[in-house]
Amino acid sequence: MHVTLSINGADRTLDLEPRRTLLDVVRDNLGLTGAKKACDMGACGACTVMVDGRAMYACLLLAVDCTGREIVTIEGLGSQGEADELQRAFLEADAFQCGFCTPGQIMSLRALLDRVPQPSDEQIMQALSGNLCRCGAYRHILRAARMAAGREHAGPVPAQ
Amino acid sequence: MKVRSTRKPSTAPGVIGRRVSRLEGIEKVTGRALYSADVRLKGQLYARVLRSALPHARIRRITTARAEALPGVRVVLSCENAPDIPWYEESRLFDSTVRFAGEEVVAVAADTDDIAQDALRLIDVEYEALPFSCGFDGQVEEPSVQTRGDVERGARAAEVIIDQSYSTPTALHNCMEPHGCTADWNDGALTLYESTQGVFAVRSEVAGKLGLPEQQVRVIAHHVGGGFGSKQTAWKHAVIAALLSRRAGRPVQLMLDREAENLATGNRNATRQQVRLGARRDGTLAFIEARILIDAGAYLAGGEASEVSGIYHTLYRCPNVRTEQRAVRTNAGPAIAFRAPGYVEGAFALESAMDELARALGVDAVDLRLRNYASDDQDKQKPYSSPDSLRRCYAAVTEAFGWKTHRRRDAEKGSKRRGIGFAAHVWPGGAGFPPATACVRLDASGLAHVITGTQDIGTGTRTGLAQIAAEALGFPLERIVFHLGETADAPYAPTSAGSATQATLGPAVQAAAADARRGLLAAAEPLLGEAAGDVLVRDGALLVASKSGKTVPVQDVCEAASAQAIEGRGERGPNPKDRAVRTFGAQCVELEVDIETGDIEIVRVLASHDCGRLVNPMLVDSQVIGGVTQGIGFALSEARRVDARSGTVLNANLEEYKLPTIADVPPIVNAQPDLPDYVANDTGAKGIGEPPIIPTAPAIANALFDAAGVRLRDLPLTRRRLIEALAAQQGDGD
Repeated sequence: MHVTLSINGADRTLDLEPRRTLLDVVRDNLGLTGAKKACDMGACGACTVMVDGRAMYACLLLAVDCTGREIVTIEGLGSQGEADELQRAFLEADAFQCGFCTPGQIMSLRALLDRVPQPSDEQIMQALSGNLCRCGAYRHILRAARMAAGREHAGPVPAQ
Repeated sequence: MKVRSTRKPSTAPGVIGRRVSRLEGIEKVTGRALYSADVRLKGQLYARVLRSALPHARIRRITTARAEALPGVRVVLSCENAPDIPWYEESRLFDSTVRFAGEEVVAVAADTDDIAQDALRLIDVEYEALPFSCGFDGQVEEPSVQTRGDVERGARAAEVIIDQSYSTPTALHNCMEPHGCTADWNDGALTLYESTQGVFAVRSEVAGKLGLPEQQVRVIAHHVGGGFGSKQTAWKHAVIAALLSRRAGRPVQLMLDREAENLATGNRNATRQQVRLGARRDGTLAFIEARILIDAGAYLAGGEASEVSGIYHTLYRCPNVRTEQRAVRTNAGPAIAFRAPGYVEGAFALESAMDELARALGVDAVDLRLRNYASDDQDKQKPYSSPDSLRRCYAAVTEAFGWKTHRRRDAEKGSKRRGIGFAAHVWPGGAGFPPATACVRLDASGLAHVITGTQDIGTGTRTGLAQIAAEALGFPLERIVFHLGETADAPYAPTSAGSATQATLGPAVQAAAADARRGLLAAAEPLLGEAAGDVLVRDGALLVASKSGKTVPVQDVCEAASAQAIEGRGERGPNPKDRAVRTFGAQCVELEVDIETGDIEIVRVLASHDCGRLVNPMLVDSQVIGGVTQGIGFALSEARRVDARSGTVLNANLEEYKLPTIADVPPIVNAQPDLPDYVANDTGAKGIGEPPIIPTAPAIANALFDAAGVRLRDLPLTRRRLIEALAAQQGDGD
């Protein structure tokens, strides 16, 4: 069936099987491979995108249910390939290692920061509790979020 | 020209030692980094694999006609039509007998992933079920025994003896990016975009399986979504994808789903360890003995061995040590190295037993370890290349933690109890696996291309090695372009395993950069009209300078020399013969436990690990924090569950296999001593990838005893186990 999706500010009309997930559509039909398929059952958060400003698992959404909604993927952040301040904070805090979960982590935090520009640690952790990172970069991700919220700066963590 | 670096370490402030962000970071935070599943080739098909539902069975019949008739299905491959390729000891790529639930039975390539999945549902496999074993019920193999001294004599001399059994579960790597590849077979040559820790290892294994010359297989892994050991060999999917591509005449992408990832691409083997150790009253160890069983699964998959016995022989000075390690063969997925294989499992038992010994003797846990300090490899009878570094780690971590001054009762309220725990480790990795070669080529624009055949699995390989190259060239980091993750046109590099990459490639890169620098200086002479002496940055310009002070821009030199590009090569020489190169570390944990609910909350972790010279302290912090985070999962929540009646895995997913989340991880601080080890190699740096996971679980178990007064000897330390132990303790008290 023909559906029109708003992805990163542009309307895209596609011929889709109703069973196709939003994740498969952005990755395979549109070639936006930033969102990752790591569990395909809503358990890890690597596929997180923003839908109408909320962080959602793209692997649990049917694309046909997303017509008329504003979808933003990691490719829609920043401008002209430049990183936004949250992405820069990830670089400075070394908030990733292998980078596979990173687009999802950033999209979850982007949704939080858009709603709550200066979140508490508790709000940050809640926003990220559905995003797994097997490399174990969580403490640096928390740091990056604090930096993006203007609460912390780059540099070594004191021993105590 | 091949040379070894003679350049002495620079003490001037340079690029080494700086907290530089990852070179590839911008690609990762913008989603532009391409992993195996992100490859999109023209005409690419998608493949799926039907896997055995039974743990042990003979395949009677496979009926694929309905699948083959489905529009969009291009190739169906099984034991009935696949080439006969040996795999796993006596088995085959597609065997007519399956030996674990999850083993490959039929592969389908189709126009879309949806069609491939539909096709799998149309395949009928008739099995004849065979008896199976799981847990530790399987066939026990001959032991591997290692002995030093005489443990019976040691036991007679011991005044205090600890005799306990410990167990560790099967843990699943769960790299966020599952295993998988995109295979493109074209004109008799194969290009494989593979998520791997070893592009050269995969090239060699896949070429061997397919009967191709290695030069006709090209393996590419520019970005790898986690490794942790499970991606150090070529698994079946790579060869299956290649065969599908050959038959279809089109590229084929075969990514494993999470379930397959957790069934068929390795795991950390479960262990049972019966440990006896004893000491004299003064704390001097008299003997250590361990009887170890490991659950190896259905097949031996190769790669690094899980040597659980190793840590018993090397962590402490002890004249009498005996270990006996036996593999048990069960009908479960094969085990493979998982971050510090063997030592993680061994450390849990040994470091728990040492804590029990310290309490039995009434001495401090750290003092007991200092009393039994080892500064040499006692089996190999060689001094360590950094004999004092473990002592320095003990000092750094206990001071940063406040071990000696800690007052644990301060924060206790109601049913909450607090405790602290300590554990140490040694690790034979981190020394490097020679040989390796690196090449540094200056292009006409004055950029330095560092060309290696290694891969960056998320450890920061590009960045750490680029810092070495920049320093040896005298270039700013921005002038370095780092190449890795390709077998074509790249010099050989070993697999990223054994915490070896920085220590293996670093000296080769340093030597190649020094060689290229010599070439640059020589090429500058005709332009300067006299001998060149240095490379320097002045007013933002990168210059070659003569001794008398004349300068010429590096770019001009490179442009003039462009016809015969300036190039340097460097080789990684052997490790020292008369020293044992090891890495060491120690951790302190504080936790809080609720003795009514069994809730365990880690309050903080302090770590200190020796990795020689700190090339990039920020990346080292990330490795340490990440390792501790995985260690917390291993200690508290991770365990593969196998149903004993069906022989199937119950939690081969990320819903029920519990990885730590951001909410489970406390502040983790790396109190890192900078301990350059120039005996190990001439960069002074050693590896840090694996060690930080080793001592975390025993430090947590020791802190739990300190807090709650019960000793849990089986991982993970679940709420149920804790509640049962607390109830038993209460029962004993009544």
